[in-house]
Amino acid sequence: MEELSGYSLDLPALYYGMLRIRRIEEAIAKRYVEQEMRCPVHLCIGEEAVAVGVCHALTPQDVVFGNHRSHGHFLAKGGCLNRMMAEIYGKASGCCGGRGGSMHLIDQEAGFLGAVPIVGGTVPLAVGAAWAAQLRRENRVAVVFFGDGCFEEGVLHESMNFAALKKLPVLFVCENNRLSVYTRIEERQPDRPIHAIAAAHGLGVWCGDGNDVETVARQAGSAVALARQGEGPQFLEFMTDRWLGHVGPDFDDDLGYRPNECQADRLQRCPLKRAGATLERQFGWKAEKFAALEALIQEEVAQAWRFVRESPNPNPQTRGDFSYAE
Amino acid sequence: MQSESAMEQEITFAQAIQEGLRQAMERYPEVMVMGEGVPDPKNIFKTTEGLRALFGGDRVLDMPLAENGMTGVCIGLALSGFRPVLVHQRVDFALLSMDQLINNAAKWHYVFNGQVTVPLVVRLLIGRGWGQGPQHAQSLQALFAHIPGLKVVMPTTPRDAKGMLIRAICDNNPVLFLEHRWLHGLKGRVPMGYYETSLDQAQILRTGGAVTVATFSYMTIEALAVADVLADFGVEVTIIDMRSARPMDMQPVLASLQKTGRLLVLDTGWASCGVSAELLARVVEQGFASLRCPPLRITLPDHPVPTAEYLTNDYYPDGEDILRGILKLVDADRSWPLEALLQRVRLTGHRDVPNPAFVGPF
Repeated sequence: MEELSGYSLDLPALYYGMLRIRRIEEAIAKRYVEQEMRCPVHLCIGEEAVAVGVCHALTPQDVVFGNHRSHGHFLAKGGCLNRMMAEIYGKASGCCGGRGGSMHLIDQEAGFLGAVPIVGGTVPLAVGAAWAAQLRRENRVAVVFFGDGCFEEGVLHESMNFAALKKLPVLFVCENNRLSVYTRIEERQPDRPIHAIAAAHGLGVWCGDGNDVETVARQAGSAVALARQGEGPQFLEFMTDRWLGHVGPDFDDDLGYRPNECQADRLQRCPLKRAGATLERQFGWKAEKFAALEALIQEEVAQAWRFVRESPNPNPQTRGDFSYAE
Repeated sequence: MQSESAMEQEITFAQAIQEGLRQAMERYPEVMVMGEGVPDPKNIFKTTEGLRALFGGDRVLDMPLAENGMTGVCIGLALSGFRPVLVHQRVDFALLSMDQLINNAAKWHYVFNGQVTVPLVVRLLIGRGWGQGPQHAQSLQALFAHIPGLKVVMPTTPRDAKGMLIRAICDNNPVLFLEHRWLHGLKGRVPMGYYETSLDQAQILRTGGAVTVATFSYMTIEALAVADVLADFGVEVTIIDMRSARPMDMQPVLASLQKTGRLLVLDTGWASCGVSAELLARVVEQGFASLRCPPLRITLPDHPVPTAEYLTNDYYPDGEDILRGILKLVDADRSWPLEALLQRVRLTGHRDVPNPAFVGPF
């Protein structure tokens, strides 16, 4: 689709959003070895630009659904860091009170309506939320983030079909990192563009470099505007890189499951590096400016871990609560 | 009481469903009804008849053949303040939506610590007869009843069909609402106005000291007919329509067993890991001392249902099986006028269509 003119993006804010997610994920990775975060963590290092660029185009009323790798989506949408960290540590103050962990995140006030780890699980929920907005004539779009693996799930195609049928204000955002766990896309899908299938479903289609936050923000801005205008669902495919293993805190290229890729190339495509270079070049940012942001984030991270430390564990006697609603 | 009964009408189970949907939709603008065939000319065996004309295409609609996706869409609606009712013309079709039902609908309230609710009703029709075959006649209540977070109800009478459907729509949990196809044509007295019937209480339909019959859905109709016959021969049985597989209300069963000491469980599904197994397990745990003899289950044979009429004739347990079961529990050694009794319950004619003697009112 053609980008609309007049969308203004705030590169310093985009950079800050990405840096914040990067440093938080790194802090999780660093402390994960302490074995106090006793749940799987799927870190999004390398993929920050998609979460930040898309959420940049959203308003607080818009809603977002995530997946198993959603720390970035949650934070980019404005989810509460303290409650996310407390959840990963299994504390009573966590966003699910310890029932969810890293793979189940929610912050209703921020419009982050839920992440769950069944691939494709949240896709139709976003469509339902968009339908609700349309039926009530609310100016609200729904967004769901998923990966290239999800494109193989039937429920995604069922959801795209219905969203197109009803012209729903929903964005399907595909973070294509060419991997499903350790399995490369070449072993799972024929050689054809994912977004072309979405186009055949009747969706507005966008595709771009998911490591370039400006591209992501501009395309998402245009897609959101079209969805708001009643132009129906939009599909955004962004090529990006998962730097670490599928789950856990480590690089795992040594396992040899991506033989044709070089870690150094991925680091070269770093979304922070690219945006940072632009900030130096076009905004005249100097080292002190970057250092100031780092310090700000460092303080926020330290404060989040303090919050976790001071949080009580959940009461085991409440573990059966909320099996049913009143 | 006079005025209340004057406000009742005799209608079929299917009409009671339609009336329940209509009255819930009149009262609650957030109720929507959708499913494959909901507004089509056959309108789900008339259970959704006229609803689209009354409430419009935004609230009453057909849907793509995307059972899992549309279940998820309904969950998204429910999270956004709607109360969707999703209809599957056969239970078997809902198997395509198990991911959304079990992973999302049943978990959302729990995993997100009670912050959100999923008020969703899924109507599931249990097929039977006329060659429905192995994929159009499964009675899978046990499959769903295994899952914490789901409610699984199976009303028998038209009165309960309406009241429990309205209650299910008002409930803030996902409720699977199983309707046996052979109940749709049965008539009963049904209040004309809006009312709600509890989803967690079994109902005693008949009281007698000889045997406790705990029964689910359509099997209740068969049991009632047998009870009439046995009463003529001096055997009075208690019939408890369980009405819900999850939660399962054991209190009336345990109380009745204290008097009878003999238990017969009837279910429309299979025995292995079925709701009859769950019921018996609870009796053993909570009421073992009441049992004077081993309890008995009458369920489907432990294999899929075939299609051909001659293959299905003996597949479904009927009044004859129930009668023999009760007599075995009461006193196997006594010499009953068996032929005379069987004569009264034995079916003549085709058995792959509902018993024409069963019309109600129930």
